[in-house]
Amino acid sequence: MKQILVVDDSPVVRKIARRILTDMEFDVAEAEDGSEALRYCSEKMPDAILLDWDMPIMDGLEFLQAFRKLPDGKSPKVVFCTAQNHQNSIMRAMTAGADEYIMKPFDEMILRDKLEQVGLV
Amino acid sequence: MQQQSFDALCAYLKRTSGLILDQSKQYLIESRVLPIVKREKLGGLADLVLILERGQNQSLAKEVVEAMTINETYFFRDRNPFDKFRDVVLPKLISARQSERSIRVWCAAASTGQEPYSLAMILDEMAHKMPGWRVELVATDLAEPQLTKARAAVYTQFEVQRGLSTAHLLRYFTQQGDTWQAIDALRSKVQFRQLNLLSDYASLGRFDVIFCRNVLIYFDVATKSDILKRMARILAPDGALFLGASESVIGLGTDFAPDTEHRAFHTRGGVGAALGQPIKTPVIGTAAAPVGGLAARPILPTPAAQSPLGSRIATR
Repeated sequence: MKQILVVDDSPVVRKIARRILTDMEFDVAEAEDGSEALRYCSEKMPDAILLDWDMPIMDGLEFLQAFRKLPDGKSPKVVFCTAQNHQNSIMRAMTAGADEYIMKPFDEMILRDKLEQVGLV
Repeated sequence: MQQQSFDALCAYLKRTSGLILDQSKQYLIESRVLPIVKREKLGGLADLVLILERGQNQSLAKEVVEAMTINETYFFRDRNPFDKFRDVVLPKLISARQSERSIRVWCAAASTGQEPYSLAMILDEMAHKMPGWRVELVATDLAEPQLTKARAAVYTQFEVQRGLSTAHLLRYFTQQGDTWQAIDALRSKVQFRQLNLLSDYASLGRFDVIFCRNVLIYFDVATKSDILKRMARILAPDGALFLGASESVIGLGTDFAPDTEHRAFHTRGGVGAALGQPIKTPVIGTAAAPVGGLAARPILPTPAAQSPLGSRIATR
């Protein structure tokens, strides 16, 4: 079973994502911000990360840049899932090493489709 | 969108038309019903539901139901047909058409444009293998409002996230406030025309590939057979017909048969034709611009000597 780490400071978003991803038979882990996610990944590397942008302590972009420098941080797929919906933000995220990008609000079909785009489904 | 209003509209549609919408169809309401709310200058979806519930405006009720029953479409729908078009059909046609240097594709149920633009993106990515070729992509639909939207190529945030990779979004679309519009270079690759599938196809000329997906389901058996027979007449003997994932040609005559190797598309049955056999294909119809790849957009690093996008766009 593949594991996805959901990184979002909103418990509601984490709950929705967990429900959808569990239905898709993923093992789901959660983190409230980038720093907590980074600590988690240092101990256990997930197969993929669903990543919010605007979070306290360490935001999604800062996390991604640090994450890709981890010894095993190059291969997991990272899908941004954020309300940062400007074209320039999307370009910044993709250039920083994101594999796909979801603009909130999202639904089950979009999440499934994006995970398919990166080869996880 | 208020969940309560969404639920109320779903309940109304189920009661009045038997249409069942789950949470995943929320985007359909956003893209199809909210424009009606805006046009009617209503305060929101809740106001529309109130009018519908009261039965005060039958024409409005009819319009909302029709808006929600229009066949669903999205970019690269079902993915597999587009993969087969790019990886199987197109390479064989490129090999078979070396002397004619011409390929014509007909998208017979263009709807709001997502399918023809998906094909246009693939053709653009393969343009380096067809330097100087005439490539025509003709897209037809019965409904003029759909064609108007298709020509404008303006899509909501939800619509551009359905089937479209972020790489394609950045490469071929420009953000305009809350919406995204296909760039001119992509739009200009598609010729949109109004056409009833029950009418004569002769004016369209001959095609190498026909996409007619998820539209035959609306016709009876005799009409389906007739449409397929007439499509066979304008499809090259070594051409390919793509139908919807749930559609088949079983019981609809012998004009087409599933490709023996790749069942994602159909070839002309009974003529022994197979993709890859060179044939003379007269070029009919309006002049097409040579394919040369869309204007370069300085977006992100791209893999060298490959398609303008490639499968990955970000370097690490």
